[in-house]
Amino acid sequence: MIEATGLTKRYGDKLAVDQLSFQVRPGIVTGFLGPNGSGKSTTMRMAMGLDAPSTGRITINGRQYQDLAWPLREVGALLEAKAIHPGRSAFAHLWMLAQTNDISRTRVEEVIEIVGLTTVARRRAGKFSLGMGQRLGIAAALLGDPEVLLFDEPVNGLDPDGIRWVRNLLKGLAREGRTVFVSSHLMSEMALTAEDVIVIGKGRLIAQMSVDDLIAQSSQRFVRVRSPEIGTLRTALEREGATTVLEDDGSLSVRAITEDVIGECAAGIPVVLHELAPQSASLEEAFMELTESSVEYRGEDTASVAAKGAGA
Amino acid sequence: MSTSTIELRAAVGTTPRTGHYHMSGLLRSEWTKLRTVRSTMWTLGMTIVLGIGLSAIATAETTSHWSTTSLASRAGFDPTNESLIGVAFVQLIVAILGVLVMSDEYGTGTIRSTLAAAPRRPKVLVAKATVFGVVALVVSEVVSFVAFFLGQALLKSPTPHTSLGSPGALRAVVGAGLYLCVLGLFSLGLATIIRHTAGAISAVVASLLVLPLVAAALPSSIGDQVRKFLPANIGNSLTSLHSGAHQFAPWTGFALLCVYAAAALLIGGILFVRRDA
Repeated sequence: MIEATGLTKRYGDKLAVDQLSFQVRPGIVTGFLGPNGSGKSTTMRMAMGLDAPSTGRITINGRQYQDLAWPLREVGALLEAKAIHPGRSAFAHLWMLAQTNDISRTRVEEVIEIVGLTTVARRRAGKFSLGMGQRLGIAAALLGDPEVLLFDEPVNGLDPDGIRWVRNLLKGLAREGRTVFVSSHLMSEMALTAEDVIVIGKGRLIAQMSVDDLIAQSSQRFVRVRSPEIGTLRTALEREGATTVLEDDGSLSVRAITEDVIGECAAGIPVVLHELAPQSASLEEAFMELTESSVEYRGEDTASVAAKGAGA
Repeated sequence: MSTSTIELRAAVGTTPRTGHYHMSGLLRSEWTKLRTVRSTMWTLGMTIVLGIGLSAIATAETTSHWSTTSLASRAGFDPTNESLIGVAFVQLIVAILGVLVMSDEYGTGTIRSTLAAAPRRPKVLVAKATVFGVVALVVSEVVSFVAFFLGQALLKSPTPHTSLGSPGALRAVVGAGLYLCVLGLFSLGLATIIRHTAGAISAVVASLLVLPLVAAALPSSIGDQVRKFLPANIGNSLTSLHSGAHQFAPWTGFALLCVYAAAALLIGGILFVRRDA
């Protein structure tokens, strides 16, 4: 369990994280979403004790990071790609971390195998690709077999195979009952991985809910209706309180009432229905809608949420 | 590599979770860090080769030119100091190693891995300074003793030479090694304050090479007073048989150098605890 209470981080007169409170439960993958610069990484760094909160606190299983007895055995973190000396081998990097927490050499070899770096473990990490660097970071997170895991943008720089691998890994860890907290600026990725999401913008909490609720709540949800007698149906639906839009292809987009009501209404007239299809907004759309007012850096035409780069 | 076929739970290597992560683990970790980076090993290698080699060259040169050396130079000749000349040259290398031990962690981002594993920062700094200090001391003393014995062997009659038993010689040889070690710790402290390799190396170069030039440019009444406080001058008084007119006594100077190192490490430590990593 990770718990933030009134967490605030101020850099000069700029608020990077503003009165953030949330809980991350064990047993599921919790996505931490926000546009670049919304305070995700800063929050993660405060959870790890790297940055001190200006006010408020963030605890792991009730304790602040500095107070953990065996930090690597309790929390594993991938904070950013390549927090690694380029001249040191993957094995040496993991071994020097393992030694601080009395973790055996055998476990070092084991995590190297889990992330698939066995053949390159003795090579200098400076020669690693971005993807291999991410895998090494993940190996470091798994080293102490911790119950709580934090991953900051874990799929950055990975190829589709790598992305699928990370997705399965995160789900696997959650299935084992661990707390898995993953930040991303890619909503679509979280839709496939996370069960719960915490959405922030400009350092403030926008929403904490399940992925399903987030999509359902979105005003982008509508029902697509086609009928040979669309005019008649439209009048009837509007009487039921629906807002409707007649699309170019002749279908009707119906908002504010459910498909059940539409079906019953059609039967009552009666008119024939050729299509009655609830349309979910993609998570990306729901996300854009939520964070629209809080995007820090915006491009000319589109929000820069899809832009690649490190979240601050 | 599919995760469904690989057990994520640790099968091995998890000792019972009693107690707390401890100093011996941090010391072993720092030793691993030191020996698994090539630049460290190169730097230590250069310290040994140049420290001994330059002393050997200097003493051999002196022997070959002794017959043509002026009487004034002969009178001031100090065979102990001559054989330790390499130490004066490698002080910059040891100081740079002291800087790198800390600044590399910031330059590469390793500091975040380090602090994730051991969030108590004073402990981390103590472990780092201890491991570096011990390694620097061992290497420096080896260089110093080998340079002395080799140098004395190369200073053949009629060139004066000395032995470890003669007054002040042992102090000079042991002092040379101690000087390098404490200078390295001072540099590590500076790097903890500055956190950037280039900046920290500049500060070290300034204190070893630039400040003496500044002192030389000052009127001698002030310059002499300033100079006696400079690390290089303290080192010279340690490795010479006779203290100069404007030098501290050897161990007084050394105590002052220890104060410099302790102050740099203490200020560095306070900033290390207070600042975001």
